[in-house]
Amino acid sequence: MNVPEFPTRVGSGEFGQAIWDPEAETPSGLTGPDGLTAPKRFSVYRNNVIVSLSEALEQTFPAIRNLLGEDYFKALARAFVVRHPPTSPVLLWYGAEFAGFIEAFPPLEAYPYLADVARVEWAWLQSYHAADAAPMDPAALGSVDPEALGTVRFEKHPATDMVVSRWPVWDLMRVNRFEPDAEIDVDLEASQSVLITRPDYDVNLLLLRPGGDVFLNALLSGAMLGEAAASAQAQVEEFSLSDCLSDCLSNGAFKDLVTA
Amino acid sequence: MKHKAMSAAIVAGAVATAVAGLSATVPAHAQAKEKCYGISLKGQNDCKAGAGTTCAGTSTVDYQGNAWTLVPKGTCVSMELPGDRKGSLTELDRDLPEA
Repeated sequence: MNVPEFPTRVGSGEFGQAIWDPEAETPSGLTGPDGLTAPKRFSVYRNNVIVSLSEALEQTFPAIRNLLGEDYFKALARAFVVRHPPTSPVLLWYGAEFAGFIEAFPPLEAYPYLADVARVEWAWLQSYHAADAAPMDPAALGSVDPEALGTVRFEKHPATDMVVSRWPVWDLMRVNRFEPDAEIDVDLEASQSVLITRPDYDVNLLLLRPGGDVFLNALLSGAMLGEAAASAQAQVEEFSLSDCLSDCLSNGAFKDLVTA
Repeated sequence: MKHKAMSAAIVAGAVATAVAGLSATVPAHAQAKEKCYGISLKGQNDCKAGAGTTCAGTSTVDYQGNAWTLVPKGTCVSMELPGDRKGSLTELDRDLPEA
């Protein structure tokens, strides 16, 4: 049997389509040693594909797995896998649509915070695999003319991301992933946004202070420091520029300082 | 500077405070670390030749069909939601769409 050419889109073609549809016929040309079509063998293969992708999801989204329990997670992952087959052969990029899938999944409507927790876990993985880079040295700010500090911009570090949420995603992540033994009361009324960075080899998750989400979002979108601070202050009274900037700098959120 | 921006003096003061507070903590980043290959965590390597190749459940019965009668049983259900909702088993059953 000839080795088929690798498809540009994973899972396209008759063989690929049959993987995701349990009702599909065994693809033509798949035969056992007896020369007959081998549906059982194909079922084993199909199952292996789905199970291994489900397991990849389970390892990418451990907090979601904890929140849902193993049985529910497995079933949810299986439903996701057949609807969202991989589009790349790179497994570490598999699962980008999982948060959106959870959000739109009717049986989980009563748990609206799950999707944001999944977003944090996905951002964590992307940060983990992002390019390495030395973070900006905070001392660089010292060489800027104080009058011009409001006009500086920052280049985002490749491993930096943030998730803005109206749910307590920071506490949910701690309880369900990073500090399983900690006694933390999760208050679902609390809105928590998190900064994800990887200044060296470990991914950091940091709870943003009040207004920090507005501030950092502006900076990561290319706003000048003065503008970002002003918009955060305008929206959140207790915003502290020095504290929020300090958090960003000490966690390596930026790669470079960009002076006008 | 745009009119909506903070005054230069306020920004400069805050930056100075932030940078000064950092000088003591920055060296922590410089701790020597090394990349170690071959120890990658879980699904972050591509080959799932181990646990992923289980043949369990190879029956053609589609597990997912009845899966949604299951209810999340992790810490999810121990939390209360805003409003009258609670993450109880019955609540979730009610939220299930009619098939």
